[in-house]
Amino acid sequence: MLINTTNLNISYDYPFHFNGGLALFFRQKTLNPKSDFHSSKALCQRSSMAIFGAMIARAYSSAATRSLRVCVVGSGPAGFYTAEKMLKAHEEAEVDIIDRLPTPFGLVRSGVAPDHPETKIVINQFSRVAHNERCSFFGNVSLGSSISLSELRQIYHVVVLAYGAESDRVLGIPGEDLSGVHSAREFVWWYNGHPDFNQFSPDLKNTDTAIVLGQGNVALDVARILLRPPAELATTDIASHALAALRESSIRKVYLVGRRGPAQAACTAKELREILAIKHLYVNIKQADLQITSADEEEMKSNRIRRRVFDLLSKASSSNQTRPSSGQRELHFTFFRKPDKFLESNDKSGHVACVNFEKTALKGSAGSGNQIAAGTGEYEDLKCGLVLKSIGYKSIPVDGLPFDHSKGVVPNIGGRVLSSRDVDQLEDGLYVCGWLKRGPTGIIATNLYDAEETVGSISEDLKKRGPTSKFASPKPGREGLLQLLENRNIQVVTFSDWEKIDSEERRHGSLSGKPREKLTNWKYLLELTTK
Amino acid sequence: MLISKISRLGAQTFKGLSKAPLRIGPKRPFSFVLQNQYLEPLNYKFFSTTATGNSQGNEENQKISVTFFDKDGEQEIKVPVGMSMLEAAHENDIELEGACEGSLACSTCHVVVMDVEQYNKLEDPTDEENDMLDLAFGLTETSRLGCQVIAKPELDGLRLALPAATRNFAVDGFKPKPH
Ligand SMILES: Cc1cc2nc3c(=O)[nH]c(=O)nc-3n(C[C@H](O)[C@H](O)[C@H](O)COP(=O)(O)OP(=O)(O)OC[C@H]3O[C@@H](n4cnc5c(N)ncnc54)[C@H](O)[C@@H]3O)c2cc1C
Ligand code: FES
Repeated sequence: MLINTTNLNISYDYPFHFNGGLALFFRQKTLNPKSDFHSSKALCQRSSMAIFGAMIARAYSSAATRSLRVCVVGSGPAGFYTAEKMLKAHEEAEVDIIDRLPTPFGLVRSGVAPDHPETKIVINQFSRVAHNERCSFFGNVSLGSSISLSELRQIYHVVVLAYGAESDRVLGIPGEDLSGVHSAREFVWWYNGHPDFNQFSPDLKNTDTAIVLGQGNVALDVARILLRPPAELATTDIASHALAALRESSIRKVYLVGRRGPAQAACTAKELREILAIKHLYVNIKQADLQITSADEEEMKSNRIRRRVFDLLSKASSSNQTRPSSGQRELHFTFFRKPDKFLESNDKSGHVACVNFEKTALKGSAGSGNQIAAGTGEYEDLKCGLVLKSIGYKSIPVDGLPFDHSKGVVPNIGGRVLSSRDVDQLEDGLYVCGWLKRGPTGIIATNLYDAEETVGSISEDLKKRGPTSKFASPKPGREGLLQLLENRNIQVVTFSDWEKIDSEERRHGSLSGKPREKLTNWKYLLELTTK
Repeated sequence: MLISKISRLGAQTFKGLSKAPLRIGPKRPFSFVLQNQYLEPLNYKFFSTTATGNSQGNEENQKISVTFFDKDGEQEIKVPVGMSMLEAAHENDIELEGACEGSLACSTCHVVVMDVEQYNKLEDPTDEENDMLDLAFGLTETSRLGCQVIAKPELDGLRLALPAATRNFAVDGFKPKPH
């Protein structure tokens, strides 16, 4: 089955760059302050070997011998859909889902915008999976710091990696590290109450202008959050620290900047319709930008989303009021511009004051049928006090995992991980799904088809190997995982622990008229589960 | 106004019938509440009957036959007028996904209407449905979202293919008919 359908690739579609190991370092430092195993890794590995030995011996004599032990790393849509399909396809499978956070559901919780409650309803389905008697969720367990990949592969017959994309593509242009320049991912994690970003505080008070780089759905999400009247956000599950900051925000103008034109905008009609419908918003789309060429028409002909997005932009442009009234919030669609450098403020050292853009023109690119943006040598400055880069998420490798650094994904065939030593070789029992497999593209549903494909590969492999295979010999599975984590003093958050967090969040939320008040403090989250 | 109120009652009755009622989405409650353009005078009468829970015989009359085709074959079911194909599928253990439970936010309930004449009997999809159809896997000219297709008498004999089935059909030479 092919999951690379053109119409699904659009919404969260970005190319890649790798920004080194810094992000990984930062993440592990912040996330797992309690359990830093890097220093004592060798020791851990030795002792864990002994534990496995004992456990495998015990497993031989237990009734659980028949179980197929499966571990899914990551509890986002890819992880939950994989678990669901594994449980259904294999009655003998016992599936454990681990996640580095104490809370499940990945980007459905920490990515999907707070004003999209309908999109989050899928959590009901995922919770039913978690309640399956052959399925367990273990939060606060991080692959790469709580447990290594090679350990997981020893404990389980099948390991499916679905840990998403938790870093960012970088532009690699001067001034990118000025304060006031953030990735959209950071901003989104902040307003969605991700516990790694509860201390993040974007400055929304010293400027009236924000520039969002990119025109995909994530770009539209962050622009909408900046522009929507805070009173409307107050009844969503937005993090309270973000709501407070947005209430005091002085930002009135948001520029959504794309390298290419309105015929190539990477958002979907749904998101575009939504932002255009913000009350009392002045929308600026230049008529001149809407002049399309025959190449544009050709591109749109084969792409229903692009066509519908273009129509919406055209309509919005012609129904424009000519100029904004004073104090009115403004959204400017700026096409054919690529960022060249970020310039520092004169009054506030170290802070961004302006983005220098190069104007672009579209050029045909051989083969792909899509046009690319080429610089014209003409430049233009746009003043701002906040920049959100929405140019793409990026996955992070872990030790012992084959990784394609240029694409930012795990090399695979239909979800089977390819060995890094020998391209024709597959990694036994190791699979991948979701953003880590395909890159950061597609909607929640895309992960459903993706999981179907990965589970299909697993089933084929199990069948091929037959009853005499390695899969038929017992593995410690859940028991082994929990033993190892206990030895390491890692507090595991189960699904019923999460349900305690969930009801506490709902209780807090009901006090302020919100569906939930997300708890964003690691320590508090973990304490709550031990109550 | 009155019509929409009655259709709401109808909707609630159907919800009560379902084994595992779908949760009502916050923004878009049950689709058939919104789709009251389907309520021509005839249907209106059906709804009032259902809402007040009249005789068995009437209830039989209100059902249409719908056949779902998936990779394992086909299954014919009876669907009460006013009920969405998503709900009907779930009541009959047909594996039609419905990630957002009918609130028009996921596109996983995608179905392909197999006969153009039947497709043409449906109201045109709203902008919002089209926005979600944009993202549907394996979109065809006669694709609709199962949560937005509501049973009405004219649709008796409706044949719907699930996207997984359409993938197989494509292999077997099945081509969804164009408009
Ligand atoms: C801002 C934003 C908004 C979006 N809005 C929508 C929308 O409205 N509708 C829609 O359909 N789609 C939306 N999407 C897309 C959708 O969220 C993704 O397609 C989907 O979440 C990808 O699933 P995944 O499981 O691969 O990754 P994720 O959802 O990111 O899940 C990965 C999980 O792995 C865990 N993890 C990470 N590292 C480790 C580790 N080392 N050890 C253990 N666990 C780990 C993470 O905590 C996380 O729970 C949005 C995406 C973004 C970024
Ligand atoms: S169930 Fe989500 S769109 Fe129909």
